[in-house]
Amino acid sequence: MKFVDEFRDSALITRAADEIRRLADPGRQYRIMEVCGGHTHAIYRFGLKDLLPDSIELIHGPGCPVCVLPMGRIDDGLSAARDPKVIFTAFGDMMRVPGAAGSPLEHKARGADVRIVYSPADALKLARANPDRHVMFFAIGFETTAPSTALTLMRARAEGIQNFSVFCNHVTIIPGIRAILDSPDMRIDGFLGPGHVSTVIGCRPYEWIAQNERKPIVVSGFEPLDLLQSTVMLLRQLKEGRSVVENQYDRVVPWEGNIAALRAMAEVFELRPFFEWRGLGFISQSALRLRDEYAAYDAERIFQVPGVRVTDPKAAQCGEVLKGVLKPAQCKLFGKECTPERPVGALMVSSEGSCAAYHTYEFRKTLVPLSARRIPA
Amino acid sequence: MCLAIPGQIVELVADQTHQALVEVSGVRRRVDMGLLVDDPPAVGDWVLIHVGFAMSRIGAEQADEQMRMLRALGEAEAAMTEVRGYGLDDVTPEDAA
Repeated sequence: MKFVDEFRDSALITRAADEIRRLADPGRQYRIMEVCGGHTHAIYRFGLKDLLPDSIELIHGPGCPVCVLPMGRIDDGLSAARDPKVIFTAFGDMMRVPGAAGSPLEHKARGADVRIVYSPADALKLARANPDRHVMFFAIGFETTAPSTALTLMRARAEGIQNFSVFCNHVTIIPGIRAILDSPDMRIDGFLGPGHVSTVIGCRPYEWIAQNERKPIVVSGFEPLDLLQSTVMLLRQLKEGRSVVENQYDRVVPWEGNIAALRAMAEVFELRPFFEWRGLGFISQSALRLRDEYAAYDAERIFQVPGVRVTDPKAAQCGEVLKGVLKPAQCKLFGKECTPERPVGALMVSSEGSCAAYHTYEFRKTLVPLSARRIPA
Repeated sequence: MCLAIPGQIVELVADQTHQALVEVSGVRRRVDMGLLVDDPPAVGDWVLIHVGFAMSRIGAEQADEQMRMLRALGEAEAAMTEVRGYGLDDVTPEDAA
C-alpha cells in the first residue's frame, strides 16, 4: 500500500480490501461506475485500483461539470463579453477551459473584462458596485452549486438589481446517470453515488436506479476506506441479488438532502426540455434554466446568444472516455497533443476529469519508480 | 468549485441576515448561511461550504476529515485560494494572510 498509508484506519483498509477479494467472484467481471469526479480524483490519487482484484473495473462517470459542458456554451457565454459594458464573471475552474474562440482567459488577454469570482454572491456584489456596467455570471455545476446561484438570483430580484444576469449551465446528475444506463454500449453492474451532490439532493432520487434498473447504488465518502467500504456494500448486494440505495456517507449526507436548497432551486429554475452534454449528446430534462419570473436576469434572454455548436476535434475521443468505453490512455491524443498543461479536451482541464487524474497519477507512474512515489509517514 | 470546504462559525453577522463569519484554516470570511435556514447553525458549529454558501452542517471530526482529504488530493491550496477570494475587494491584506 502506498498513498493510503497516510490515512488513519490502515488496518481497516486492508480488511476492506480483503473483504472485496472474498466477495468478488473471480469468474465474473464487475463494472462499477463512480459517478462523481471527486471520487475519480481520489481513486487515482490513492492508487485504489491497485487494491482491487482484476475482476473489478472502475468506470469513471460524468460527474465533472467542467468536463461535460459543450464547448459551444463557452463561446455563447463569452460572446456577450465583447460588449464593453459587460463584466464577465466565472469560477476560476472555467478560466482555462477552451471554447472554439478561446478560453475566458484568452478573451481577457484580448481586452474583454473577464473576472474570477469564487461565489455567485460576489458576482452580485460586483453588480452593486458597478451600477453603470452589466455583470454576467457564467453559472456551472451540479446540485452542489445550483442552490447558491438560485439564492443569489432571489436576492438580486428582492433588491431590484437591474445590471446582473446569469448564463445558466447548471446540470442535474440523475439524467446523466439515466443516459449512461440507456446507452447501448454500456454495461454497469452498480454505482458509487456522489457524496456532496447527495448532501443537497439526498438519497431518494437514486431509488429508481435500484428499483427500476435493478442496479445497486451506494452513496460514498471520499477517503480510501469510504470508497473500499462502499465497494464492499455494492459487492454484497450483487452477491445477494439485491439492488437498493445505501448511504455509506451518512455521517455527512442526510437521507432527505437539504430541503431549503432544493426549495431555492425550485423557486428559480425549471428543467430545460433538453441540453447537450459533452461526450454524451443531448439529454432530455437534464439541465436547468431560469423561470419566466427571473427572465430579467437570464443572460440567454438579455443577450443575442449565437447558439454555437462545436464538435470536438476529430482525433480527441472525449466522448468514449466519458462513457467509459475507452480508458484515458487509449485516446490518440492522450499525453501527446493533449496534456493538463495544454488541454485539447475538457477531461484534461479539470483535476476531476478522468484524463487529468490519469495523467497526473497513473501515466507518470510509468515514468517514476514506485519507491520514489512513496510518501514518508 | 466542486470542493466542499469545511469551516467553523465564529460569529453571526448581526446587521445582515444569513451571513456568518466563518474560519477556515485560520482565514476568516463571510459565508452565506441562507441555505441552512430550516435549521440555522450557531457559533461554534462546523459547516461544509460550496462557492461561498454553507451547504450542510457537519461534526468537528468530519470537518477535520474533509480538510485532510483536500490536503491529500493536493486541493488544499486551491480551497484556500477560493476562501480568500470570497468577498472580493473588501478583503484587507491582513484578513487575507
